Amino acid sequence: MRTDRIVAALLAALLAAAAAHAAEEGAGAPAAAGAPEAAKLGADWASWHANTNVTDMPSVQRGARNFVSYCLGCHGLKYERWSRLGQDLSIPPDLLEKELLPPGDKGTEYIMTSMPAKDAETWFGKAPPDLTLMARARGRNYLYQFLKTFYVDPGKQTGANNLRLPATAMPHVLSELEGLKRPVFRDVMTRGEGGKFSHEQVFDHFEMIAPGRLSAAEYDGFVRDTVNFLDYVSEPTQAARRALGVWVVLFLLVFTWLAWLVKREYWKDVH
Amino acid sequence: MADHAVVADDEVDLSRRKFLTRATIATGAVGAAFAAVPFIESWSPSERARAQGAPTEVDLTKLEPGQMVTPVWRRSPIYVVRRTPDMVARIAGHDAELKDPESKSSVQPPYATNALRSRTEEFLVLVGTCTHLGCLPKQRFAQGELYPTWPGGFFCPCHGSRFDLAGRVFDGSPASINLRVPPYSYPNPGTLLVGVDEKGIA
Amino acid sequence: MAVKTASGAPAALPAGAEAPAKRGFWAWLNRRMPIEEFVATQVTGYYAPKNFNIWYFFGSLAGLVLVLQLFSGIYLTMFYKVGEATSFDSVEYIMREVDYGWLIRYLHSTGASAFFIVVYLHMYRALLYGSYRAPRELLWLLGMCIYLALMAEAFMGYVLPWGNMSFWGAQVIVNLFGTIPGIGPGLVEWIRGDYGIADATLNRFFALHVALLPLALLLLVALHLVALRQTGSNNPDGIEIKAKLGPDGHPLDGVPFHPYYTVKDVVGIGVFAVLFAIVVFFVPTLGGLFLEAPNFEPANPLSTPEHIAPVWYFTPYYAILRAVPDQRLGALLMLLAVSAFIFLPWLDRSPVKSIRYKGWMSRGALTLFSVSFVALGYLGLQPAEGLYVMLARIFTVIYFLFFLLMPFYTRLEPVKPVPERVTYHAH
Repeated sequence: MRTDRIVAALLAALLAAAAAHAAEEGAGAPAAAGAPEAAKLGADWASWHANTNVTDMPSVQRGARNFVSYCLGCHGLKYERWSRLGQDLSIPPDLLEKELLPPGDKGTEYIMTSMPAKDAETWFGKAPPDLTLMARARGRNYLYQFLKTFYVDPGKQTGANNLRLPATAMPHVLSELEGLKRPVFRDVMTRGEGGKFSHEQVFDHFEMIAPGRLSAAEYDGFVRDTVNFLDYVSEPTQAARRALGVWVVLFLLVFTWLAWLVKREYWKDVH
Repeated sequence: MADHAVVADDEVDLSRRKFLTRATIATGAVGAAFAAVPFIESWSPSERARAQGAPTEVDLTKLEPGQMVTPVWRRSPIYVVRRTPDMVARIAGHDAELKDPESKSSVQPPYATNALRSRTEEFLVLVGTCTHLGCLPKQRFAQGELYPTWPGGFFCPCHGSRFDLAGRVFDGSPASINLRVPPYSYPNPGTLLVGVDEKGIA
Repeated sequence: MAVKTASGAPAALPAGAEAPAKRGFWAWLNRRMPIEEFVATQVTGYYAPKNFNIWYFFGSLAGLVLVLQLFSGIYLTMFYKVGEATSFDSVEYIMREVDYGWLIRYLHSTGASAFFIVVYLHMYRALLYGSYRAPRELLWLLGMCIYLALMAEAFMGYVLPWGNMSFWGAQVIVNLFGTIPGIGPGLVEWIRGDYGIADATLNRFFALHVALLPLALLLLVALHLVALRQTGSNNPDGIEIKAKLGPDGHPLDGVPFHPYYTVKDVVGIGVFAVLFAIVVFFVPTLGGLFLEAPNFEPANPLSTPEHIAPVWYFTPYYAILRAVPDQRLGALLMLLAVSAFIFLPWLDRSPVKSIRYKGWMSRGALTLFSVSFVALGYLGLQPAEGLYVMLARIFTVIYFLFFLLMPFYTRLEPVKPVPERVTYHAH
């Protein structure tokens, strides 16, 4: 019957689609858009890809260090335990305690920020969100673009604003690393309702006004590592999941092939 | 076209059919067994249970001689007794009345497989659940407290099991082995850590 | 017996035949419970048309997914803690701290979508080959009941993780009941058990999701199978195989369900399992289609997600709801769109059942309907603005015209002659 061929074709098509999707979602995708040193800095920010790889353990480890140094002061990871972090990232317990664990915290506890939520609300207007699931809720690219599009905005209380999340309550805590940049706007004429032309200020590109401790490439790596770590934290089992999946699918293919042979044998009876 | 849908074909290779069917069933059974693993594994203590079962620290400096404290480790009370020299002396002399005086069939780390069932003479560390059916034995440390020849120890209120001041079970008790000794260590002289020893975390 | 099976196993016993007297435990058992008789009459003695094609895999697959959902669901309840304050955290607990909890959860979340995929394909098969026509009206109606129960089951299950999409999905769907004239507002309050979607709502949805609705589903599936046993399966030619019996009393164009369709269904299960495993292990969220990103943020009654859309299997109806600029009419049309299938057995007046022999009008109508359903499903995922709304309105009209005009085009069009025997080409 043609059915078998249809099934096979369908299977192949879906396999290819899934593989393409998986490649797009995760591991080892080649660097695509968004070289930060484009002719005009930041002009194409909305199409930047994080291009992180959660199986790149050194990168995730650096990201963990970045997180503890720069994020943990305000943001917690309330579903992740220090011990789990150490285990998954192959950080030995003594090193974990010495380098990452805040003094007084136990290794078996969840990674909590020391900043009281109440104080945070008075300082920033709202409590900084927990970041455990942020990479799943918003996506890696969102985090990457967010951390790379802070700019100086004297009109804001924090002195900083963001392209990805306009009017963000978060100050640019990484400015000492990245330096300060200022947006250059372009005047665009738009035809509004009633055919009236109006002028609008549209972001064009960034201009560095003060260097940071890191070069542009180093800062880019810093952000990618941090995003990679947040990706790991959002689903700590994801590497194990993909690794196990390969075996499960291979096994099921063998089983299906055997079942198909049996089916073909039996259906020889049917005329 | 045959009149009937199903006709045995002379060319059908029955042994091949049988072999393939069996191979498929066997593969399916292996698959089912693998599929059961996650569901079975999901019942084992979770990350949270393991975190809560982490080693427990006990401050020994505040424990008076002859007193007992009961910290909790892995959901069981741990009996930590600071034995006086008199109590230690009362452990000897009744080996004949015990079921397992040398702790041969009881559960304890190698460093507690001795007459005092402890690392040091002074401190006794036991899992405080009766080895009979899991009740908590009461402390009856005074000599003669239960009956004239009672050397002091533990008495389980549920079914009357009796243990001496080393946690060893007396003849005539329903419990058949001595009270268990958890793995423990002293990171410094004033501190007891239950749940971790030279072998690492239990 | 005229039927010889080459398997060498005991061949099918004709209904009512005496089993040879046996001894031992098996015989003891069979004197007390008709196991052998059941197999002989319902499995090896149940004849199904030999010309089933790929569309006939989805019934058994739906059964498989039902079992998978029951099993994985029962395991999830062992770790899930229902409650406003605990639901979201307990799902993360399952995902992170329970050994293989992530796998059990992904099996269940992927299973929900898989259930709808196979059920939609199963239903589409009935549309193709006229499987809802007499004498299978009741079979079809029971199937529709299963579909409706499944929708309720899926909706309530979606609320349980208590993510922000769970909350706002519940808010929107429950408010639909508010459009019922008169009793609406009171009814909404009664369903929620509070003045907003709250702990009480979550708790009762949990009870319905894990106990009442699964029981109802199991009962309906059992009735669906009993009804199927009575009429027998339809087939791609839409002719009754029971009309042509052989000398042994079995249909000439039928084959015993076991072993022929059991071995075939196992192949279907294998292919399905491969695709299912690919989703579970490599793309469990399927780009937000199976698990929506906003649902990884806890329920927040003060912040609606920027773009709110139900899970894909509800989006065709959701698009119809949004296409209508009137609240009450929109809800009514959505209800009609779901329930229109119920009337199919009486709307279809064609002298033939299968699309193979129906005329060009039926073919065109079904094609347009299929396109509309898929397009509405896509549009339901998009923001309700501009061109999307316009398209949704056009497809909504086509959707309903398919049903409304069916009595006319099925009668007017010329049909092809139906063969005496089923079309089947052996390998």
